[in-house]
Amino acid sequence: MTGAWQQALARVPELLAAHVQISVSALALAMIICLPLAIWAARSPRVAAVALTVASLIQTIPGLALLALFYPLLLGVSALIGGGISAFGFLPALLALTLYALLPILRNAVTGLAGVDPAVKQAADGLGMTSAQKLYYVEAPLAAPTIMAGIRTAAVWTIGAATLSTTVGQPSLGDLIFAGLQTQNWTLVLAGCLFSAALAISVDQLLGLIERGIRERRRILAWAGMAIIAAGLLIATLPLLITRDNVVVVGAKNFSEQYILARLIGSRLEAAGYEVRYRDGLGSAVVYQALAEGDIDVYVDYSGTIWTNQMQRTDVQPKAAMLDEIAKWTSASHGVKMLGALGFENTYAFAVRPDDARKKSLETLDDLARVSSDFNFGTDVEFLERPEWQMVQDIYPIRFKTARSFSPTFMYPALASGEVDVISAFSSDGRIAANGFVILEDPRGAVPSYEAIMLLAPKRGSDDKFVAALNSLTGAITVENMREANYTVDREGDKKTPTQAARWLNDNLRE
Amino acid sequence: MPVSGPSIRLQDVSRRYATVRAVDGVSLDIAAGSLVALVGLSGSGKSTLLKMINRLVEPDSGKIFVGDEPVDSIDPHILRRRIGYVFQNIGLFPHLTIARNIAIGLELAGETEGSADRVAELLDLVELPQDMASRMPDQLSGGQQQRVGVARALATRPGLMLMDEPFGALDPVTRDNLTDQYKALHDKLGLTTIIVTHDMAEALYLADRILVMKDGQIRADATPAELLSGNAGEEAEALVAIPRAQAAHIIALSKRS
Repeated sequence: MTGAWQQALARVPELLAAHVQISVSALALAMIICLPLAIWAARSPRVAAVALTVASLIQTIPGLALLALFYPLLLGVSALIGGGISAFGFLPALLALTLYALLPILRNAVTGLAGVDPAVKQAADGLGMTSAQKLYYVEAPLAAPTIMAGIRTAAVWTIGAATLSTTVGQPSLGDLIFAGLQTQNWTLVLAGCLFSAALAISVDQLLGLIERGIRERRRILAWAGMAIIAAGLLIATLPLLITRDNVVVVGAKNFSEQYILARLIGSRLEAAGYEVRYRDGLGSAVVYQALAEGDIDVYVDYSGTIWTNQMQRTDVQPKAAMLDEIAKWTSASHGVKMLGALGFENTYAFAVRPDDARKKSLETLDDLARVSSDFNFGTDVEFLERPEWQMVQDIYPIRFKTARSFSPTFMYPALASGEVDVISAFSSDGRIAANGFVILEDPRGAVPSYEAIMLLAPKRGSDDKFVAALNSLTGAITVENMREANYTVDREGDKKTPTQAARWLNDNLRE
Repeated sequence: MPVSGPSIRLQDVSRRYATVRAVDGVSLDIAAGSLVALVGLSGSGKSTLLKMINRLVEPDSGKIFVGDEPVDSIDPHILRRRIGYVFQNIGLFPHLTIARNIAIGLELAGETEGSADRVAELLDLVELPQDMASRMPDQLSGGQQQRVGVARALATRPGLMLMDEPFGALDPVTRDNLTDQYKALHDKLGLTTIIVTHDMAEALYLADRILVMKDGQIRADATPAELLSGNAGEEAEALVAIPRAQAAHIIALSKRS
């Protein structure tokens, strides 16, 4: 077995357990909602029509969007009742996955109950069964195989969709998939897919065993299936029962630099005696709020992101003044402590191929504006919607021929291959130097500064041991070293893991 | 065996479905221990009338008494546990053994003790072999299934049996057998039985009193002998004419040969 597989497999048990917890919880909650609803629906066609329509509508919402929608929704609810609800992690994932599981369970349960032979129901009435007795003795057992088939479908869907819950901060096998996609570590992607598929197939087979036991009236089969599922669940939830103190959570957004910096921070905290968990792949919108709520303890953000997204500012200030204002604002509005800048910047930088830069003498964004009507623009999925793009356009008359969005992984190859002519690169990305791309200067200061800054959750700001463990990272990372570390993770061959890159970075800190 | 069944009384009972008067102001007294056939064409209201007695259908107006008790003073499921109900589609529970099908009424009443003996007794009563007890309903013929249906209805020793075309779906030989055996059972147990049928020949053979229904009303109320004598009105006469003509034809055929 290669090192890549060993590294991937090492993370599997913990993520698999979390995956089982979230999937089973969602499935159980969906059953608790659907089964009484189906009984009601079987007795009232109007209820059936409404319930099935709503469940079908929910099903048409893409899973990723459904998860994302719960985040602002829960924030709103929490604000409404005066706090206390976490919009991060388990709860939004649970709610979204539960909604997703409703349709198959509800549809099959309604079909199964409605399909019971009317003569049998009449006989039950004629014998003097109450409504509850009719359900217990007749309708439930006769509809059980159909209901179980619906639960099986829901189980497979839920286990598959649970990989998406990584994006709202709930650990799952999706952590492997998202991290692998970002760092082009296909072993990680494959491991995530294989284990979630294996889990889905095993659960489906076990539920199938229970279904067969019910259908063929062989109780031993049904009990065996249930016993195995219960045992699996017990193993998956056992770690939850052992409560640990001193556990801290390090957050990271969804790109390599963030993974590396999270590991660097994590290693410092481990050395200081904390037990460290990682929440990788968090959306930009989610991560700051999660920190403010204390769901994560520390992460690295960028001054310009806080400036534009959180503070809603569109003016450009000098670096030092900007950091000052950010520190005041986060502390005053959320109790978040800005520990300090790491010493490098990761800003939006327009990059072109060296031959174009030479032939068309491109050095600044003014030069780019001159040729922009002939240029195809490649960018990440969010840049065109961000205020920075507006700010650039306000100052430089740039009008591109076309604009296309890529995941960062594919944006650099697209520029190299000539598919696009200019990209909105990240200035600390190692692939800029590796490809010899030329960064265009911003003489008129359209783009705000993007200093990497460490942000601490409210309760960690006053934790002296915690602050002491991370303080020495302030100003310690040069942009050259960050690029080098990023490149070792992002490059095609001889890839390093984020942990390895973090170790290298730690050995090359600026004193 | 003394009579154990109750008397039945209907007072001006009506039931409409939309604009159709399924049962239209029927008043009726049925003596304890009698075997009454309710005869009529499809849609004459005979099934609705029957189901109002065990409250599977509620009347719009009028009063129904079983013994001295008005049926609407008793919870429907309690009332139904005291009344045997057998119908054409049988409705055996396909997921339960024959023994559990028969004993289900005892289970509902909480009388599980000695239910195995009672099942054995009932299988004898409806002339089914004991080894049927462990089978599933789909392993039985239609006639055997309806015998189980009768046994299930009798399990809690009801005094009153309501039967809605009970043997209508069976082949003539099986049907004849079951009709005979049921009549014997009725007498032996001292039951009150109301049986709905569209077959006048069956009614003439089985019942000691025949009610002819049309358009929700009882148009004739007579003993088989009175019906055959032709004094029971034209609806009755129209229904009696069919088996009479068939019988005459058969007699003529057998004389010729």
